[in-house]
Amino acid sequence: MKKVIGIMCAVLLLAVGLTGCGQSDAQKLYVYNWGTYIDNTVLADFEKENNCKVVYENYASNEEMYYKLKSGNANYDVVFPSDYMIEKMIKENMLLPLDKQNIPNLKNIDPKLLNIPFDPGNQYSVPYFWGTLGILYNTEKVTETVDSWSILWNEAYAKKILMYDSQRDSIGIALALLGYSINSTNTDELNKAYELLVQQKPLVLAYVNDQVIDMMIGNEADLAVVYSGDAVYCMSENDKLAYAVPKEGSNQWFDNVAIPFTSKNKELAEKFIDFMCRDDISLKNTMEVGYTSANQNALKEASKEPAYDNIAYNPTDDILARCTAYQDIGQFIASYADIWTKVKAAQ
Amino acid sequence: MNKNMRVLGLPYVAWMLIFICLPIVLLGVYSFTNNTGNFSLENFKSFFTPIYIQILLNSLYLAFISTVICFILGYPVAYIIAKIPSEKTRNTFLLLFILPMWMNFLLRTYSWMTLLGNNGLINTLLQALSLPQLNLLYNSGAVLLGMVYNFLPFMIYPIYSILIKIDANYAIAAGDLGANPRQTFMKITFPLSIPGVITGITMVFMPAVSTFVIPSLLGGGQNMLIGNLIEQQLMQAGNWHFGSAASLIMMTIILIAMQVMNRFDKTQQKNMEMLA
Repeated sequence: MKKVIGIMCAVLLLAVGLTGCGQSDAQKLYVYNWGTYIDNTVLADFEKENNCKVVYENYASNEEMYYKLKSGNANYDVVFPSDYMIEKMIKENMLLPLDKQNIPNLKNIDPKLLNIPFDPGNQYSVPYFWGTLGILYNTEKVTETVDSWSILWNEAYAKKILMYDSQRDSIGIALALLGYSINSTNTDELNKAYELLVQQKPLVLAYVNDQVIDMMIGNEADLAVVYSGDAVYCMSENDKLAYAVPKEGSNQWFDNVAIPFTSKNKELAEKFIDFMCRDDISLKNTMEVGYTSANQNALKEASKEPAYDNIAYNPTDDILARCTAYQDIGQFIASYADIWTKVKAAQ
Repeated sequence: MNKNMRVLGLPYVAWMLIFICLPIVLLGVYSFTNNTGNFSLENFKSFFTPIYIQILLNSLYLAFISTVICFILGYPVAYIIAKIPSEKTRNTFLLLFILPMWMNFLLRTYSWMTLLGNNGLINTLLQALSLPQLNLLYNSGAVLLGMVYNFLPFMIYPIYSILIKIDANYAIAAGDLGANPRQTFMKITFPLSIPGVITGITMVFMPAVSTFVIPSLLGGGQNMLIGNLIEQQLMQAGNWHFGSAASLIMMTIILIAMQVMNRFDKTQQKNMEMLA
């Protein structure tokens, strides 16, 4: 009998869950963003200004977002893909072209972030946050100058090194150290990168994702590969930490706002993108998240804060000159995945 | 079965069709096709290369060891609890074992990271006693610990639920016939509890073989197991065909393991019937 009641409860819960999304008169905007990538109060502001309801959901990787859209069971109006993913989605007709007239605040965006090869002329996307990939290190433990990826292969730091558990970033680092392009599709170059990563494995404490933030703040490791925005946060929490972008070059990444083909309310979605480009909103977001704002006025304002006055938040032109964006490498991504599997399975 | 019963059963049949049969069919379709949608055995062929076989063997090995440890730890616990005379005390102990499971699985696994880390509780304690620090996190040992910790209740409960139902008169009769406590346990209690043990082993082994959260958190992503491989193929590499093939191979192995266990269970039951 207990079992029957249990099952009935489960069915009832499910039914409530399914019918819970009842209709209301206000327009709805479905926003799909990275986790902790917005100041949540701006959503309420947008709702009030436009008399609508924002349904906000999170994802953890570009791929997760891509496959959810691809499966056709999504109804998102706004997404935040990165550079190479935008290129891929444009190729596959998954993004709607933007009507720039509806986005006057585009003028606030730093011109050097516009018209990048992954989306020429910004027909489909508007920059939101951007940054670099670099090394976050503990200045108490690492006294030498950190200016090369090779320090991640230095045996003096055995089991004190954290790598990012991401095929593009980790293989990209090995490629950069070897002097190759981080977008390489040359099998020989990739094999050399593979050997280098296997060689490094005994020195690596762990291949991590977001845990890297807590671990570096807690002094669990001496060196870690991080995105600049995470470095900003870590350094504000632990003043022994410093950030460097190696001389061999690195990745400059862009997370842009775009409207996917699943959108049923393009007008409201464009209003939202314009809203996100507004100076006050951009500033709120960057102050909350710690990632570098694509809005030049917000960036200037934020850089006045001590925690934001560094090369992680505001990289010099010199650093940016040696950084490249990821490109969509198409089917070749399978080789990257294969190599990354082999590295992680190596004993 | 009368008509009413059949009507009542319909929702469950529909449920199983939609949520169990259909996904498995899809898995099959994906694993036997390639990118262009044509029939292909390529996915299986590429799975049977040394690197993936090693991942598979490593997963089976870790799952096997953790099942053995769970059994060695879980059986005595279940036995001791079942032997407590007061029902109230018994329920309290059971509650204590289930209590951690009220907390989210991820949280429980994360908390081990705080305990085992370089500046974690254990190493800080060692340091305070001026003992050398240990590398506790990010190795197979940590993965094993995570598996045993998370899956131990799945071993204890089935064994307990069988042990508690065994008629105490069997043991008394065995004693009357001259068996000492050890003989009674080996010849009566343990054989009677085999069904619980089988369920326990299945319930620990299956999630242990397929887990991907524990190795990526406690293993530091350095011990790639079959679950991680599948996750990586589906979420990062976007190769659903190969990922499905790997899932199918894993499911087949689990099915075979369960069949072997069931057969073992049946022979045991037959033996017991003969004994009775």
